[in-house]
Amino acid sequence: MSGITERIRTFRQAAGDRWRAAPRWVRWAVLAAVIVFFYALPNKEFYQYLGPIPTTESNFGQVLFTVSIYVLLAVGLNVVVGFAGLLDLGYFGFFAVGAYTVAVLTSPSSDIKTLWPWLAVVPIAIALTTVSGVALGTPTLRLRGDYLAIVTLGFAEMIRIAATSSSFLKGQRGFNQIPHPPGHYADGRPIFGVLDPRPYYWLVLTLILLVVFGVRNLTHSRVGRAWVSIREDEDAAQLMGVPTFKFKLWAFAIGAAIGGLAGALYAGKQNFVNSQNFELLNSIIILAAVILGGSGNIVGAIVGGGLVAYLIERFRGIEVFGVELYEFRFLAFGVILIIMMIFRPQGLIPSRRRAAELKDRRKEVIVGG
Amino acid sequence: MDFDGLFSHFGELTTTGLAQGAIYALVALGYTLVYGVLRLINFAHSEVFISGAFAAIWTWGVLGLNQDSEVSGLGSIVLYLLIAMVVAALASALTATVIERIAYRPLRRHNAPPLAFLITAIGASIAISEAFGIFTRRLPQGVPNLVSNEPLFHIAGTPVRIMEVLIIGAALAMMVGLDIFINRTRLGRGIRAVAQDPDTAALMGVNRDRTILLVFIAGGTMAGVAGMLYDIRIGALTYSVGFLLGLKAFTAAVLGGIGNLRGALLGGLLLGLVENYASGLLGTQWKDFAAFVVLVVLLMFRPTGLLGESLGRARA
Repeated sequence: MSGITERIRTFRQAAGDRWRAAPRWVRWAVLAAVIVFFYALPNKEFYQYLGPIPTTESNFGQVLFTVSIYVLLAVGLNVVVGFAGLLDLGYFGFFAVGAYTVAVLTSPSSDIKTLWPWLAVVPIAIALTTVSGVALGTPTLRLRGDYLAIVTLGFAEMIRIAATSSSFLKGQRGFNQIPHPPGHYADGRPIFGVLDPRPYYWLVLTLILLVVFGVRNLTHSRVGRAWVSIREDEDAAQLMGVPTFKFKLWAFAIGAAIGGLAGALYAGKQNFVNSQNFELLNSIIILAAVILGGSGNIVGAIVGGGLVAYLIERFRGIEVFGVELYEFRFLAFGVILIIMMIFRPQGLIPSRRRAAELKDRRKEVIVGG
Repeated sequence: MDFDGLFSHFGELTTTGLAQGAIYALVALGYTLVYGVLRLINFAHSEVFISGAFAAIWTWGVLGLNQDSEVSGLGSIVLYLLIAMVVAALASALTATVIERIAYRPLRRHNAPPLAFLITAIGASIAISEAFGIFTRRLPQGVPNLVSNEPLFHIAGTPVRIMEVLIIGAALAMMVGLDIFINRTRLGRGIRAVAQDPDTAALMGVNRDRTILLVFIAGGTMAGVAGMLYDIRIGALTYSVGFLLGLKAFTAAVLGGIGNLRGALLGGLLLGLVENYASGLLGTQWKDFAAFVVLVVLLMFRPTGLLGESLGRARA
């Protein structure tokens, strides 16, 4: 048993070393190939050769759209949890704020009847989620980390309660006829229609690339270094002159903005938003995705988000011994969270610095432990 | 704003609020005990509560009661309640023990960062509540009609029901028992010692792991009784109610001062009252909202709660 794990470990290390030692053009070429692969993936001409990967029960393009939304959310949550080390348990609340902003301002069934186009509302949605992130973060980020976790959790639940019970947000009846993103093909057909989910997927994929580019640059800047120092030791960071509160608020706001963007995209695709879209457990799924992939590592978050969302959809409709596997998805994620935290807290694709931090802590002795 | 509604039902809202608050207080004790000793929010405590609540219902089921049965005779009612209470307390204590052993102890061995504990706690919470959900097919479970809803006596025109007296009385009795256990017994002294300074306590010969386990069991027992009381108060149980109740109980613990046993009682009762008054004023759908607003405002202005954080100690 240990022989096998040892071999896997050395293989992974060798692969990692090789990747880091590879010339720059090789890395760019591999990255480009991966990106091209994901752009090509929703085309039937391409995915029919991929064997068991496409889902059987639902439209694969639709599944890929869902997966891409989760990846975007995972990238956003990774900024908060992975880089700044703030545990946000209500991340889906920001997604809801984004989706509802779009719904209220564009849908004909909303009370204020502004009926603005989708594209004009997206920046407003992002701005509003950022503001809600700051409003929630300002009182709580000064406190200990676990209070933040509880308050964010409560926040998401309260958004859901408000959506269900306030007449302005329409509860279960929801908002319909939310407009799609603009754009027409040469022959006059709209690009973003009802039938074909692929353009939405490509849109989200493109935005993921942009967001990842932005986040990556941030983490390599002064801001990113401040986040890491806060995550490692907040008191020490403060003593060294890092304005910890300000940078924590930044991380929180940036994460919220990305969540809002995802919500706006979702509303534009789905064309319908009601209070049932925002179950609390979704926040936990995204957290599980980030932890599973490797918090603090953008690639890890992407892989985690993609893997988790894809597996949920892949198992939909599959029965084992007369039991639908889909029923067990949350149970499985609960168990995954425990197992990962105990045996591999750094995630599948760890950030090297994060793994070193965890290793370092293990060495500290506890008396009478 | 419905001030008339609030004032005309003021007495009624107060009694039901106190009964609900007593349940919050019992659950809050679990958060407070674990927090006092481990500096950890035992997020999975809501599931400790729900296991007790399910255990009570299933016990009644095994004893041949279902949601339609009417039991007469004071003796048999008390017996049914006592049996269910004991089983619920045991079931919750067992769940708490399992959570401690599986989700927390391995992390303590690794000296994991504090957030890791919270993440495993959420994992355990989701896993347990989903397991109950799958087992009950996500349907609400009915509770036999054991305690009548008749008013027992009136205070200034407000009817006080047997159920409310029973819930508040049972909760108070449990809390007095816990207070004596923590403050007067040898094991309680061990708990206070570990809460004060874990390393020194360990050097003085207190078995730390066993003390921590004891704390989880004590908190679990309280939550189990709360689960049984919740069953007879609400009359039905769904697998997912633990989450919101846990969040509110945590709010109650923070309100009174987390880590402070008497604070949990005060916080629970206050929260029960506040949310009942809020639902009288704004409508029942905003009840949960009120609890959350209390939590945020509290954390902004007085994060140490009304009575301050302590478990037999002055904090450094």
